[in-house]
Amino acid sequence: MERVTPLIEARGLAIGHGGRALITGIDLALSPGRVLCLLGPNGAGKTTLFRTLLGLIPPVHGHVALSGQPLAGLSRARIARHIAHVPQSLATPFAFAARDIVLMGAAARLGPFARPGPAEAAQAMAALTRLGIADLADVHVTRLSGGQRQLVLIARALAQDAATIIMDEPTASLDFANRITVNEAIRNLAQAGTAVILSTHDPDQAATLGHDAILLNRGGIVASGPVREVLTAENLSVLYGIPVQRDERPDGRLHFY
Amino acid sequence: MPRCRPCWVSDRALTGLLAVGLIATLILGAAVGPFALSPATVLAVLAGERSDPQAVAVLLNIRLPRVLAAAVVGAALAAAGAAYQTVFRNPLVSPDILGVSAGAGFGAVLGILLGLPVMAIQMLGFGMGLATVGLVIGLTLALRGGGQVLMIVLCGIAIGALAGAGISLVKLLADPEQQLPAITFWLMGSLAGAKRADVAAALPALLIGILPLLALRWRIGLLAMGDDESRAMGVDAARLRVLVIACATLMTAAAVAMAGVIGWVGLMVPHMARLLTGPRFDRLLPAAILIGAGFMVLVDTAARTIATLEVPLGILTAVLGAPVFVWLLAKGARAWSE
Repeated sequence: MERVTPLIEARGLAIGHGGRALITGIDLALSPGRVLCLLGPNGAGKTTLFRTLLGLIPPVHGHVALSGQPLAGLSRARIARHIAHVPQSLATPFAFAARDIVLMGAAARLGPFARPGPAEAAQAMAALTRLGIADLADVHVTRLSGGQRQLVLIARALAQDAATIIMDEPTASLDFANRITVNEAIRNLAQAGTAVILSTHDPDQAATLGHDAILLNRGGIVASGPVREVLTAENLSVLYGIPVQRDERPDGRLHFY
Repeated sequence: MPRCRPCWVSDRALTGLLAVGLIATLILGAAVGPFALSPATVLAVLAGERSDPQAVAVLLNIRLPRVLAAAVVGAALAAAGAAYQTVFRNPLVSPDILGVSAGAGFGAVLGILLGLPVMAIQMLGFGMGLATVGLVIGLTLALRGGGQVLMIVLCGIAIGALAGAGISLVKLLADPEQQLPAITFWLMGSLAGAKRADVAAALPALLIGILPLLALRWRIGLLAMGDDESRAMGVDAARLRVLVIACATLMTAAAVAMAGVIGWVGLMVPHMARLLTGPRFDRLLPAAILIGAGFMVLVDTAARTIATLEVPLGILTAVLGAPVFVWLLAKGARAWSE
C-alpha cells in the first residue's frame, strides 16, 4: 500500500531553547481528521513543542515536515497556509470586533500590500457561522465570554484555511457549558477532515476527543500512541505523580479520577 | 449588543468627511491672524483670481507655509503614534517611547548651543533623532533581544534618559541671556517662523514614512495580536515591526526637528481616531493622519491668536489634550479596551 503523506510529521525531534534539548525523540504524524492530544504537567514542554511545530523556534535536532515539505525551508506565509494556531487566549489590548479577528486568518493568502476584500469577508463570516457564532460578528471580543473568544480564535484558524490546527489548552479556564461547546466544535472540525493537535490537562477530554496521545513529562516522553493504549492508570500515575484510577464505562468511554 | 464602530458611516465616507474637515481647517487657519483674511479671499488667492498684493504676500509667505507645516507635523505625530501603539500593543505608547523626541531635542539644543544656523539646527535634530532610535535598535540586537518588544522599549527608555541628560547638560552650559531662552522655547514646541523651505524639507520625510505604513496598513494591524500569533498567521513580524518603527521614527524626527517637542498629539489623536474607526489599523491610520493634521492646524492657529505673545505648542497641546483625554477615558473609550 502506498504511504499517504501526513499533513504534519516530525521525526526524531528534539525541542528546546538556545540549542539545549528539553525533550528528545519525538515522533508524530497526523493524517486528515485525526486528533492528537498532548498531556503533561505545566512546564513539561507542550508549548515549546507547539512553537517548534509552528516553526516559531527551530528544533534542536530532527525535522518537521508539512505535507511532505521540510518546515525549515518554508516562508511564514507558506507555513501559515499549512498550519494554524489557536492560542490559549487573545493577547491584544484593543477591542477588535470578532469579525475583524477572524478576518486576520486571511493574511497567509493575501499579499503584503493587500487588504481583505468581499471574498475574505465572506469566508470569515462562513467560519463564524460554522461555529454557530455568526450573531457575535460585530461584538467586541472584550465583551465575549472566554468560550466565545475561544470559538472566535478557532474561527480565525478555520478562515486561515490550514489543514492542521494546533490548539493550546483550548478549554482551560472555560466553564462547563463553554467547555462542551468548544469540545463539540473540535469534534466537528476533525470530522470535516482537519487534523488537530491540542494540549489539555484533562485526560477525560483527551479520551473523548483524541485518537492519539503523547504524554510529556519534564524528563521526556512517558508514552505515545493510540489514546486507549496510552491513557492507562499506570502511565497517568507516572505522569502526574499521584495515583490515578481509570474506569471504562458500559458505553466504552474512559473516565479518570 | 455593543457594536465595534459606528456602522452608519463607511470607511470611505469617514475618510471623505475628515478630509473635508481638514481642508476647512486649513482655510480657517490661513484666514485667521493679525492681518485677517476672509475664507473667500483665501480661496480666491489660491485660485489666482484676486491679486491684492498684500493679501497674496501674507497668505503665500506667512500663513500658508505655517498651516501646512502644522498639518505636516500633526499628521506625522498622529500617524507615528498610531503605528507605535499598534506595534507595541499598548494604547499608552507615544512616539517618544524609543527616545526619538529626546534624541532630536538633544541634537537641536546642541545646535543652538553651538550657534548653528536654523537649517543646521533642524538637520542636527533630525539626525540625532534617527541616530537615537538606530542606537536603541542596534543595542537590542546586540543584546540578542531578537527585536523583542520589551527589550526595545527598555533600551529606548535607557537611551532616551541619556539624551535627556544631554539636554540638561546643554542647558547648564548655555548662555543664560541668549541661548537658554531659545532652548527652552524650542523644547516647548513652536511653528513660529515656519517657512516654505521648512515644509519642503519635512514633507519628503513625512511621505517616505507614511506611504509604506499606508500600503502595508492591514498587515501592520496584525502585529497588534503579538509576535507568535502574527507569525503563526503568516506575518514576518520582526521585519515588519522594524520597518514600521523606521517609518514612524523618520516622521517623528522630521516633525520634532521642524517644530520642537510637541507632546500629547501622538498619544491622543490615535485615541480620538480609534473612537471613530475601531482598533483596525487599516481604518485607524488614515483617520489619525487627517485628524492629527487638522488638530495641529487648530492648535497652532490658537497659539498665534489667543495672546499677543505666541503660546508654545507643547503647552497648548497639553492644556487641550489632557482634559480631552480624561473626557475620552470617562466616556469609556471602548474602542481601546473595556
